Amino acid sequence: MSDHHKETFITKYIFCQDHKMIAKQFLITGMLMGVIGMFMSILFRLQLSNPGESFAVLEWFLGDKWAPGGVLDPNMYLSLVTMHGTILVFWVLTAGLTGTFANYLIPLQIGARDMASGFLNMLSYWFFFGATIVMLISLFVESGPASAGWTVYPPLSALPQAISGSGLGQDLWLVGMALFIVSSLLGGLNYIVTILNLRTKGMSMSRLPLTIWALLITAIIGVLTFPVLLACALLLIFDRSFGTSFYLSDIIINGEMLHNTGGSPILFEHLFWFLGHPEVYIILLPALGLVSEVMSVNSRKPIFGYKAMVGAMMAIAFLSCIVWGHHMFVTGMDPFLGSVFTFTTLLIAIPSAVKVFNYLTTLWRGSIRFTPAMLFAIGFVSTFITGGLTGLILGDSALDINVHDTYFVVGHFHIVMGLSAIYGMFAGVYHWFPKMYGRMMNKKLGYLHFWVTFIAAYGVFFPMHFLGLAGLPRRYYTNSAFPMFDNLTDINEVITFFSIIGGLVQLLFIFNFFYSIFKGTKSEQNPWKSNTLEWTAPVERIHGNWPGEIPSVERWAYDYSKPGMDEDFVMQNVPLKEGETEH
Amino acid sequence: MAIVLNQNKTSKQLLWVGIAGIVMFFAGLTSAVIVRKAEGNWLEFQMPDWFWISTIAIISSSILLHISKRAVKNGTSPLVFLLGALALGVVFTFSQFFGWNQLVSEGVYLTGEGSNPAGSFLYVITLAHLLHLLGGLIAISVTTVNSRRGKYTAENYLGIELTSTYWHFLGVLWLYLFFFFNYL
Repeated sequence: MSDHHKETFITKYIFCQDHKMIAKQFLITGMLMGVIGMFMSILFRLQLSNPGESFAVLEWFLGDKWAPGGVLDPNMYLSLVTMHGTILVFWVLTAGLTGTFANYLIPLQIGARDMASGFLNMLSYWFFFGATIVMLISLFVESGPASAGWTVYPPLSALPQAISGSGLGQDLWLVGMALFIVSSLLGGLNYIVTILNLRTKGMSMSRLPLTIWALLITAIIGVLTFPVLLACALLLIFDRSFGTSFYLSDIIINGEMLHNTGGSPILFEHLFWFLGHPEVYIILLPALGLVSEVMSVNSRKPIFGYKAMVGAMMAIAFLSCIVWGHHMFVTGMDPFLGSVFTFTTLLIAIPSAVKVFNYLTTLWRGSIRFTPAMLFAIGFVSTFITGGLTGLILGDSALDINVHDTYFVVGHFHIVMGLSAIYGMFAGVYHWFPKMYGRMMNKKLGYLHFWVTFIAAYGVFFPMHFLGLAGLPRRYYTNSAFPMFDNLTDINEVITFFSIIGGLVQLLFIFNFFYSIFKGTKSEQNPWKSNTLEWTAPVERIHGNWPGEIPSVERWAYDYSKPGMDEDFVMQNVPLKEGETEH
Repeated sequence: MAIVLNQNKTSKQLLWVGIAGIVMFFAGLTSAVIVRKAEGNWLEFQMPDWFWISTIAIISSSILLHISKRAVKNGTSPLVFLLGALALGVVFTFSQFFGWNQLVSEGVYLTGEGSNPAGSFLYVITLAHLLHLLGGLIAISVTTVNSRRGKYTAENYLGIELTSTYWHFLGVLWLYLFFFFNYL
C-alpha cells in the first residue's frame, strides 16, 4: 500500500516535500538561470569581438544607461562577466545539477520512499528560490549588478566607492550567495543522511550505483567547504557595511586615505579558494556519476573498475581540499609553498586518469547505443581529457605564471568544468527524462543538439588557449589600446560566432524538453533496459515511489551482458540464480 | 502507511552532519585569525573577565541539560532542569554583551578609526557563536514547553536528546574559542 494521497496545487507544485517534484523545481529554475547566464555571455562576446561597435540588441536589452547608442558600457561589461560566472557556477552547475539529480535519483536508486527530511528538502529549494530572486533583483538596481568578478576579490568588492557595481549590486550578491549557501547545506545534510540510512534491504554500499557514490561524496565536500565560503563572505559583509578591516589596508581613494589598517586581501583569497577549488569538484563529481551510469547502460557492459571508480572519486574529493593555493601562485606566495601546491595539484591527474581509463575500457567492445544521452556522456570524456591536459600546465607554478589571468585559463576551466559538467547534466536529462515525465524526448532533435553544441563549444573555447598563449588578459573590456593584440581580432570574431551558434542551439534543447513533457511519445517503464531500482517504479508519479513493498536488492547495478542470463540486463531486484555468482 | 523512517537515527545524524558544517565555519574563521596574525600589525589585549562568567554559565547549563535527560529517562520531570539551563543560556548571552562593553571601554573596537583586525575578529567570531547559541536557546525553549505539556516519556525524548547534543557542542565550541583567543 502506498501513502499516495490527494494533493492540492500548492502542496503538489509549490510547497512540495516530494523529492521528485523538488528535483524538477531545481531543474527548471536551473534551466531558466542557464538561459539568462548564457545570454549574458553572448552580449559581452559581442563587445569582445567588435569593441566599441554599436549593436541594436545591446541597447534593446540594456537600455540607454548601460548601452548608450548600442555600445556596451564598460561597467556593465564587468557586471555581465561577473553575473555570467556566478550564475553558471552556482545556479546552473551546482544547484541545477546536484539539486536535480541528487533529489531525483537518491531515493529512487537506493530504494527509499523519500529523503530523510522532506521538510529540509523543501526548505533547501525555497532558500535557493529566494537566492535566485535576490540575484535577479540585483540585475535591475540603479548602480548595476555586482561587477568584481565571480570571485569578488576585495578591495574592489569591499569598497562601494571603487566601482559602480560594488554598491547595492554587491550587497545583493552577498545576500543571494548567503541564501544559496544555506540551501546547499540543507540539501547536502539530507543527501548524506538519506544515503547512509535509508537504503533498502540488500543495498550495501558496495552495491550502490556510481551516481549515488558521486552524489554522496559531492555532498560531503559541499558540507565541509561551503561553510568556509560563508565565513569568507561574512567578513566581507563586515568590511563593506560595518567598516572593519579584515581585507582592507592602507587604501587611498580620490586622494582620501581610508581609515582601514591591518587587513589582508590575500586572506580573502585563501578563504575563498578553500571553497573555490572543491567547488570545481562539487560541480564535476555529479557529472562523473551520471556519466558512469549512462555509459554502462548504453555500452551494455558493466562499468569497468567499479571500486577504482569509487576510490578515484574519494581521492579527487580529498585532494581537491588541499590544492587551493594553485589559484594564488602570483600573490607573492613563498615558492616552496607554491611547489607543495603544485605537487598536490598534479596528483589529481592520477585519479582523473583512472576515471578516463575506466570510461574508455567500459566503451571498449561494448554494444554501444548512441542515444543522445550516450553522446553527451562520450562528449564529457572528450572535454574532461582536453581540459584536464591544460590543467597540468596551470597546476605547475612555473608554467602557470606565464599564462596566469589570460584567456588560457578561461579556455581551460570552461572546457574541463563548464562543458564537462553541462554535458553530464544533458546526459542526465536525456537519460532520466522518461522517468521524470513518463515520455521520451525527441531523439533527432537530441542528436542535432549534441553535434552543434559539441562543435560550437570547442569552437568557442579551444581558440581561447591560443589567445592566452599570446598573452591576452582575461576580463578586459577591450584590448584595442594594445597594438600587440590587433592581430587576434579575427580569433575573437570566430569565438563570438560560435558562441552565438552554441547559444541558439540550446533553445532547441529547451523546446525539445518542454514539448516532450506534453507531446513526447509515451515511455515504457524501463526504456533503456537499465538495472537500477528507479526503473522498477511505475511510470506515474507516486508519493512514496513504489505502490507496494520497496523492492529489495539482490545484486550490484552493473549486471549487463552477463553470461548465462536470458537478457543482456538483470535488474538489481532480481535474485541470483542458483549457482550464479555476484559479478 | 506512513513513510517508515528510523526517525531517531536520521534526526541525530542530520544534527551531526550539520555540526560538522558549523565546525568548518568556525575552523575557517579561526584559521583566518592565524593567517592574519602571522602577518603582523596585531593588537594584543586581555580577554574580558565577563567571558569567564560566560564559560561557567555555558558549562553549568550543559550539565543541567544532561541531568534533564537523565531525569526524563528515569521517568521524572525534567522541567526544572530545563528552565535552569535556559536561564543559564540567557546569562551567557548577557555576559557576552557585557564582555563586549568591557572590550570597548578598554579601547578594543569592532570597526572604525583605531580598530584592528585582532579585535574585529574577536567580535565577529563571538557574535557568530552567539547567533548559533540563539538557535540553541530556541531549541531549549521548545523542549521546555513540550516538557511542560508532558510530551516526553522514558521511551521517547528525542527532542531533549537533540537539544542537549547541540548545546553540548556549542559549549565545546565556546571552550575552543575561549582558549584559542586567550592562549594562542
